[in-house]
Formats: sequence, C-alpha cells, structure tokens
Amino acid sequence: MKAYLGRRYLVSASHRLHTDELSAEENRAAYGKCNNPHGHGHNYVVEVLVGGKVDAATGMVVDLVALDRTVRERILNRFDHANLNLDPLFRDRVPTTENFSKAIFSLLGDALPQVELDHVRVEETENNFFECSARG
Amino acid sequence: MIFLTRRVGFSASHYYWNEAWPAEKNEQVFGRCANRNGHGHNYTLEVTVAGEPDPVTGFVVDLKWLKDVIESEVLAAYDHRHLNLEAPEFKNAIPTTENIAIAAWQRLEPAINSGGPGAAGGAMLSRIRVYETPDIFAEFRGEA
Repeated sequence: MKAYLGRRYLVSASHRLHTDELSAEENRAAYGKCNNPHGHGHNYVVEVLVGGKVDAATGMVVDLVALDRTVRERILNRFDHANLNLDPLFRDRVPTTENFSKAIFSLLGDALPQVELDHVRVEETENNFFECSARG
Repeated sequence: MIFLTRRVGFSASHYYWNEAWPAEKNEQVFGRCANRNGHGHNYTLEVTVAGEPDPVTGFVVDLKWLKDVIESEVLAAYDHRHLNLEAPEFKNAIPTTENIAIAAWQRLEPAINSGGPGAAGGAMLSRIRVYETPDIFAEFRGEA
C-alpha cells in the first residue's frame, strides 16, 4: 500500500526581498520591511513529504536515515545559517518563501530515487507557509 | 467539497522487529527502535473527512460523533497500550508510523463511511496523519 512519510527540518537563514527590476520606491512599496537594506532572518521549517509503497519487511516508506542525509547534504548544509540572497539560485530570483520552496523541491526532486517527492512546505513563521507540490 | 479534520492524542509504546531477520540485522536496520523493551511516543492522530455540509446543520459530520468514533475504534485499542503486544494488527506487522496510519484508516473507514447523525451523509474518510513526534509523521490516503 502507498503511504507518505513527512519530516520537518529547521533552517535558520537571512534574506532580503529586493529586485533590480523595480525602483527603490517600488521595492519599498512591494516588500515593505522585508526590503530593509541589510536583510533579516527567519527560523524556517522545511517539511518534506515523500510517498511510496510501504516495504513489507521494514514497514517503512523510506529509510529515515537516508532521507535525513539527503536533506542535510542538499538543503541544510547549503541554506542553514546562510544568506539566501548570496546563493547562486537567488542571483536572479527574489528569495521569497515561494521561490525558496520551489528551489528546495527541485534540489530534492532527483535525489530521492526510491520514493516520490509529494510536497515541500516551507513555514517562514508560525503564521505563513508555502507549499510546492508534485501535483503542480 | 469540504475537508474536516479532527486531531487527537494518544500515548503508546512499541518496538521495531522483523522476526524473519536475525537480531544483528534488526539492530542494524532499526537501530534504537529495535530495543525489545520498547519505547514510547505521544502520538498525534489527525483524521480528515471529506464531504458536503448538510443543508440544515451545516455539518460535514458531527464532530462529537467523529470524536466518539475515533475513541471507540482507535484510542481504546492504542492509547496507553503496547502496540506490538496489545493491538492484534501488529502481531505480524511492525508498528511503524506508516503502518499505524494504515491500521487507523482500516479501523475508522467502516464507521466513518457509514455516516453519523446530523449530517447529510456521503462524507468519506479522506486522510489519516499520524505524528510520532512533532517532526516525523506518516500519512495514508487509502491508496492501494
């Protein structure tokens, strides 16, 4: 039977919402405090949900140790305690949490061959979160 | 379609062990979870039901009825129990979070899909989510 395993990770990172496509005034109007010049940070919660057949011998969808290792190597080592704006992925893209969740989804997408990545959910604060889903 | 979710907690102990494997392999695959003395969790169970609100009551299902169904079908069997030793479905299956989600679905589906009072009927069990800790959970959506 197909089931899903979800795991939540913490990523503390800084960012600044700003695009060179807009003037200083337009950036301020679009992003408000998030446009302050020196950036700010969040404790992001990254929730990864993977789906697959439950293995009859282990009762598991995925080896949790392997999942943790993949997420650590691909995501945590790259983004935790980092400035998102300085990552090459965000050179030409504003590091909104929408774009951050899409980036994580694509970085993990081909790294979990035994399972299907169902969604990546990134909680920027306790009151807002964003989901990037395999369902489009 | 409205998706209604009821959340409940239960506390239970378990261990992971595949009788077909030698002890060394169990310890290698399951790590500390293979300790035969067991260990426990405060689980959170989320039961999501999908349906249309009743035109008179506005309910997809009566939440009190749903709570009673969850208590009689799942909590009576799992809460403050040793899952390997006391829940018959885990006599031959390992009580991983995935298998608990599937077993909770199987326990709840007949009662929930047969409908309760004060609702239009036709509401169906849609999703079970079981949190083993706040950071690890499993989900079952009734898929083969």
